[in-house]
Order: sequence, then structure tokens, then C-alpha cells
Amino acid sequence: MSEKLTAAGPQLTETPMQRDRATTIFERSVEGRRAATLPEAGVDERPLDELIPKNLLRDRPAQLPEVSEPEIVRHYNRISRRNFDLDTGFYPLGSCTMKHNPRLNERVAALPGHARLHPAQEPNRAQGALELMWLLQRSLSEICGLPHVSLQPSAGSHGELAGLLLTRAYHADRGETRTKVLTPDTAHGTNPATVTMAGYEVVKLESDERGGIAIDDLRSKAGDDTACLMLTNPNTLGLFDQNIEEIASIVHDAGGTLYYDGANLNAIMGHSRPGDMGFDIVHVNLHKSFSQPHGGGGPGAGPIAASDRIEPFLPRPQVVRRESQNGGEPTFDLDYDRPKSIGRLRGFQGNFGVFVRSYAYILSLGGDGLQEASETAVLNANYLLARLREGQAATYVPVAFDRRPMHEFVLSGAPAKKDLGIKTLDIAKRLLDFGMHPPTVYFPLLVDEALMVEPTETETRETLDAFAEAIEAILAEAAEDPGVAQGAPYTTPVRRLDEVAANRNPVVRQPL
Amino acid sequence: MLEAIGASSIDELFDDIPEGVRLGRALELPEGKPETEVYDLLSALASRNAHAEAETSFLGAGMYDHYVPAIVDAITSRSEFLTPYTPYQPEISQGGLQVMFEFQTAMSELTGLPVSNAALYEGPSAVASAAYLAIGATGRTKLVTSRGVHPHSRESLVTYGAGFGSALVEVPLDGGVTDAAALAESIDDETAAVFLQQPNFLGAVEDIEALGAKAKEHGALVVVACDPMALSILRPPGECGADIAVGEGQPLGNRLDYGGPSFGFFCATEEHIRRMPGRIAGETTDVDGRRAFVLTLQTREQHIRREKATHNICTAQALNALAGIVHLAWLGKRGFRELGELLVRRTAYARGRLAAVDGVELLHDAPVVREFAVTLDAPVDQVLDRCAAEGIGAGYPLAREYPEHENGLLVAITERRSKQDIDRLADSLGRAVAELRGAKVAEGVAS
Repeated sequence: MSEKLTAAGPQLTETPMQRDRATTIFERSVEGRRAATLPEAGVDERPLDELIPKNLLRDRPAQLPEVSEPEIVRHYNRISRRNFDLDTGFYPLGSCTMKHNPRLNERVAALPGHARLHPAQEPNRAQGALELMWLLQRSLSEICGLPHVSLQPSAGSHGELAGLLLTRAYHADRGETRTKVLTPDTAHGTNPATVTMAGYEVVKLESDERGGIAIDDLRSKAGDDTACLMLTNPNTLGLFDQNIEEIASIVHDAGGTLYYDGANLNAIMGHSRPGDMGFDIVHVNLHKSFSQPHGGGGPGAGPIAASDRIEPFLPRPQVVRRESQNGGEPTFDLDYDRPKSIGRLRGFQGNFGVFVRSYAYILSLGGDGLQEASETAVLNANYLLARLREGQAATYVPVAFDRRPMHEFVLSGAPAKKDLGIKTLDIAKRLLDFGMHPPTVYFPLLVDEALMVEPTETETRETLDAFAEAIEAILAEAAEDPGVAQGAPYTTPVRRLDEVAANRNPVVRQPL
Repeated sequence: MLEAIGASSIDELFDDIPEGVRLGRALELPEGKPETEVYDLLSALASRNAHAEAETSFLGAGMYDHYVPAIVDAITSRSEFLTPYTPYQPEISQGGLQVMFEFQTAMSELTGLPVSNAALYEGPSAVASAAYLAIGATGRTKLVTSRGVHPHSRESLVTYGAGFGSALVEVPLDGGVTDAAALAESIDDETAAVFLQQPNFLGAVEDIEALGAKAKEHGALVVVACDPMALSILRPPGECGADIAVGEGQPLGNRLDYGGPSFGFFCATEEHIRRMPGRIAGETTDVDGRRAFVLTLQTREQHIRREKATHNICTAQALNALAGIVHLAWLGKRGFRELGELLVRRTAYARGRLAAVDGVELLHDAPVVREFAVTLDAPVDQVLDRCAAEGIGAGYPLAREYPEHENGLLVAITERRSKQDIDRLADSLGRAVAELRGAKVAEGVAS
């Protein structure tokens, strides 16, 4: 076992990073400086107001910064160091699947054939791109166990909106009007928010004592007005709902569709498929299970897989393969002729650059590798939980539901709050001093003082051990002096923030 | 590790999955491949695409082949920006939060509106998100759009509208710009918002202030979808009475990527700040008084407000927005304006050059910035094929989305298309149109 982990505490003087106060690129501006050199127009330098009426032109230029190239590079390098990132350390942010991003994926996405391909290029001159999209569709179809895939949605939340609009179109086509969407109390916030955007009413389902959907509650709420049940399985507690077959039949018998939030797909690849569980529509977060750099909050992509009965309504256009009439190679095309389609959710064909990265990831791992990724993710989560059941953690941050989790688990910091005087927020902030990203906190809502931990498959046993030791050290420290965690962090570029003032009097741009 | 867990095998960890929903076989996907083979496979696919390095492309229609400066790649590929997630822990996310704040400042400057969010997915869905805000703000559901708004945006308004329960009324163009009289007639006290695009899909610069006046009278919001690059020289929508300015951010620092990822932007007047979709960074201080940035007004957002959130968006396009602000900083105050002027002048040259070609006519003569439309006296698809054979992507055929312009062609200019490139386009188009016209005449004679 490694030496006892420690982190700097309150006595520390200001670090160099803390002394370096934030300065924006606009504040670095000095009149007359510049980075860009532009080509000569090479044509008549006519006054602009000869070409465009003066009343439609700007009176004064946009007040962009005036900074030289070396200073721009230095500015962004400096502020980048004020971020913590996955390449630097452990990032067990529950439900976000912060796995390693192979750099090969960046390299192939940057090939000019991908990066400089115009989205309006005629399909016959973009065959490689369309074939890649078709291959990714087929791969996701196999992984999800549903025959049809649309790559169009830009993120999980966008896929959810697509899913409910598909549900609406499906029911409308059958002459049915349904108004309610069921979501468990453990659902991601995007689920209920999507329900409202799609014009439905949320009906919340209770969880049972094992962390799954309370079947009786579901039975009493599923009915003629049920449009859909949105479900994550394993759910946000990291627990697989063993009643899934019964749940599916209750919802289907009521005439509703079953929507699978794919945020936790990383737990089950190659072991179980949403389609086989009875789901009609699935979204896949390519930026989670299929290794996309998270970019500080995007980009991602949220392709959807769907069953036969949903297929006619999928977004337009759809990537299709057309077999050759004369024994030649098949060709790939964009099919707009989809009269029942819900239409477009966005411009062009979707986040193609994301597709390239995820397809490269799928090729690299293969079917066997994806299965192994899920197995290792589940192994890592279970191992870390086992470690956290030793020592003080078992007492002060016990697991919320005493079951074997899958790829993530949720602890409750309620005992630590009551008996040690430190809240989950304090534990999270103190972890920052240990050089680790905290788990997702205060979610799911049904767990008091929740800490949601998802280590992913790309972390080593040593990293998991170090996290368990850091939690142990924080608890031991708190037993002596809860003030340490309450005042944390101490070593980060800034310390705890005044969020109340930021909300009360929002300053959302720099005055220039 | 299994021993610590108290399990005898990996399979045991999956015991909670009921027998009936287990896959019970291997996934039918190829076996994993070494890096070198994956590279070769992807490279082979990429080689089958006619990209903007392989041909001289005049394609635009919402995404443009601008030069992305090398520092954009250098900065966006830094692990510190590339690999974190949403800045839920602001103490260790000051870099990303500051980037958002700088981005918001820049977009606010460009649009002339005081509030910007930290980006949405992309352009057309940002337009639809503006509809959602307008419906919430006005309590009305009728939407009016100019036919000059990007077809993908109009279609997204319809798609999203099925959820909002909104009706969309479309107003035609006249002489390339929105028909002002028809627009005025379509707006009434039921109208939540009017959607305009600047410049519009056919490249024409609209008089936003004049068009928006009627909407104001009826208490409808004016939403302007704009090309951020054109805002280098055009009067910002905020100065023309727009309540909301949205758009596709790709021209700022983002590659074509066959359509994404890029970013959408969303700016508005102060009164709508608490209805804005997406992340917003705000300035504050830490406990010791240090300047700091933080996600603010989070009670708008799904992770806090759930079904009462103002939007469902979670993951957006932070890295793409970073590319945008770096590109803008690189251009700087003067470079940005100079680039806009360059686009206007080269486009004016291209427009004149093409209009002089026999069999090519201007589709409209409204003022333009970086894109214009022509009509060909020959089948546009065949003309495009001939030009492509000469290594030229001549532009975007309008027929699918504007059947009234059967042989219409939209031509876009960027700083990467030189005068010589434009001359080649004119010559190539001229040859193709002449030959195809000849063929058409000959065919006519033969029949």
C-alpha cells in the first residue's frame, strides 16, 4: 500500500496560481496590436457603402481584443492551467463516463477528407463519409439491439427530445392523443426537462427499497394517457432494474413507448441490449460510452436507435445504403423521402466529427473489446466500492442501496454530515486538494447528500486505491477538525466562490 | 480485485441482469484492431470524399470554408481544454469558465445584445430554441418566418413546434429579400416571434429594423439568425431592434467536419436572461476576494429545475466555442473588420464576373456580403457535375429547398477563394452552361 495520502491544509500561504489573478483576453488588448495577416483582396477596393447601403452597416467595429499571436497563445495556455482535466487525474464524475480518449481518434477526425468536407457536398462525392455514418449506424444498431439508427441528434438531451417527438408522431399516426410521460425519481434532469419541451406532462415514479422502479406505483400510473416511460438502466444509482421485463410489458400494455436514456450504456455493452429489454427508442451518448473528449462541456452526439414501429418517423435525412443494380459496389445516399418523418432537429447531417472518433473507437476495441470495456468498468466500480466499505468510509459515507452496483454507485454522506459535521459538498471540495475530481454530488435527488462515483474502465487499481485513501484521509481529518473540509479547497487557483452574488447580480460579459 | 469484491468471476458481477434480457452471444462486430489498421481504414474512407483541399469549393449555405488559424488547433488540443467536462466544480475549472465569459463578451459585441449564453449545439436548433423562449415569454404560439431563413432552421422550427404546439407561417421573398408587406400582414396579436436571417439564405442583406417594426407593434419578439462573420461589417441585430440573435458559429474557428460539431450562439436582451437556454458563465469572487468565474443562473437549467427548466440542454459545444473565441482574438478588432471587407469585395467581384457569363443571370440584385445566388440557363445538376470534373465545387443547388428556383445556384466566397479561383469558376460555369445549352437545343432539334 502506498504512503498515507495527505493534502495541504488551511495554513498554506497563497499559491503562485492564486497570486496570478484572472485577466481576460479583452484586458490584454493594446490598440494597434494584432495577430492575423490576411490576403490582399486582389480585386477593386470599392468603398463598402457603394456595395451595401450605409444604414445596414456597422457604425463602429466590434470591440474585439487587439493582441499579438504570442500573447494569445500565452493567455490561453495560462488559463488552461486553471482547469483540472481527465488527462491529469482521476475524474469519477458519475453518469458522465470520463474514460480515456485515444488520440488516434483526434488524428483520424482531422484528416482533410473528414475535417474539410463540406456538409452540402453531393452524396456521390462524399461516399466515404456516408459509408462511415452507415457503418456507425449498423454498429450502434447491433450494440443497442434495435434495427434502425439516426445519427442526427447532437447530444443526449437532443436525442431525448427526438425520442419524445417520435413518440408523439407514432401515437398521432395511430390517432391517439396521450399527454403524460413517466420518469422515475432517479432520472437525469434532462428527462423531465425534455418532457416539458416536447409538450407532455411529467409523472414521477417512485423507487422501491432496492432502488428500482416501484412496480405498484408504475401500475397505478400507467394508463390510456401514458405516452412513454423514460428509463435509464442501469439507473443513476448504478443498479440494474431486475424487473425490466415486467416494466416493459406494463408500459407496452398501456400503449406507451419505452425510451432508454443511454447515459449508462457503458455498463452493459455486449451483455445486454436495450432493444432486448423491450425499449422502442434509445439514445447513445457517443461522448460517454464511445470515448469522445468532453471538451469542457461538449461537443458530443446523441444518436438514437429505434424499433420497426418507430422507424417511419425517424428524422430526415437518413443515411441509406443502396445496392447496385448491376452487381457493382453499393452506394450510400441521404434519403429525404420520408413522408412520416418528424423532420429535422438541426442542420445538415449531425456531428460528423464526433462520428469519426466514435467509429474509430469501435473499430479499435471491436465487439470483444467493447464487452471487455463494460466488464472492466463494472469491475472497477465494484472494487472501488469494496475499498470504500473498509474503514471509516463504511460508517460515514455508506452506499445508498446495499446491492452490487454495475459501472457506478451512489454513496450517502448523510452520516458524515450528522456525525462529523461535514457535508457532501465539503468532501467534494476537499478532494480537490488531493488532486482528484470529485464524484457527481447531490444527485440522484432521492439519496441524501449523494456522491455518485463512476470510475470507468480506463483507471488502474492504484488510482482507485488512491481515491479510497483520499476519502479515508478526509474523514479522519474531519473527525479531528471538520473545519478543514468546511474551508476547502486551499490549493486550487481560486477557493470557494460567491455563487449567490453571481446569481443576484449577474455579470455575464465584460463591459468594454 | 475480484477477491476484494467477494465475487468469484466477472460474470457474477452481471448477475442482476435477468436471463431473459441477456445477449448470450458475442456482439456481431469485427474484432478489435491495432491503431495502425484503424488509421488506414479511416484514411481510406476519408480519401473517398471530395473535400475542400481536393477541389476549389464555392459551397456555403450556412457553413463556410474559412481559414482556421493554426493556433486554434494548438489551443483546442490542449488536454486542459480537451478533456474536462462541464465546469460543475468552478475552483478547478476557471480556465473553461473564463473562456465562456470571454466568448459571451465577444458574441455580445458581435450581435449588439447584452446577454449571450456559452453556446448551444449549432445553428438551426438554436433558432428552434429561440422559438421556445418566445413562446414562454409571450404566452403565444404562432411563429412567423421569412422564407429567407435557412431551410434547415425552418424545418427545425416545424419539428420542435410539434412539441411546443406552435404553428409556423412562412412569408415569401421578393427581389431576394423578405416581402415586407406580406410579413406585416402575417403578424398579429397571436404572434410570439418573427424569424429573419441576416444575410438571408440567398445571401441578401435584410433591413432588419424595417422588417421588425411591425412585430414590435404587436408585442412579438424579433429573432434574427445571423452569420457571425457578416457581423464584422453589418449593423448588429441588437441595434436593429432584435430581441434575440442566434446563429451557426461554424465560420468562427470551426472546421467544416461535414456539418459538425460546431456551435450555436444565443444572445438576447436583458429581460430574457432568466429564460435563456444553456450554460451561462458569470463573474464573481472567491472567499478571499479573488476574481473568479462560475456557471450562473443555474436555476434555469435541467439539472436543477428539472421539468420547470427553460431548456433541456446539458452537453453543448464548449470546445467549439473556444475555437470561436480564439479565432476572433486572432483576427482582432481590425482583422475581423478587414476580413469582412475582403469578403464583400471579392463577392462583389465574383457576382459581377458570373453575371457577365452567357447563360448565367443574377437571381436577385439585393446587396450581399459573402454569398449570392444566380440562375443558370441549363440543368444545374449537370452543370455541377461538369464543374466538379474540372476540380470546382461550383456551389449549392437551390432546387430541393426552393423549387421555384429550379436551376438556381448559391455561390459562397471566403478568404481562401482568390480572384484566380473566381475566374476559374466563371470560365468553368460558362463552358458547362454553353455545352449543356447546346445539347438541349440539339436534343430539341432531334425530337
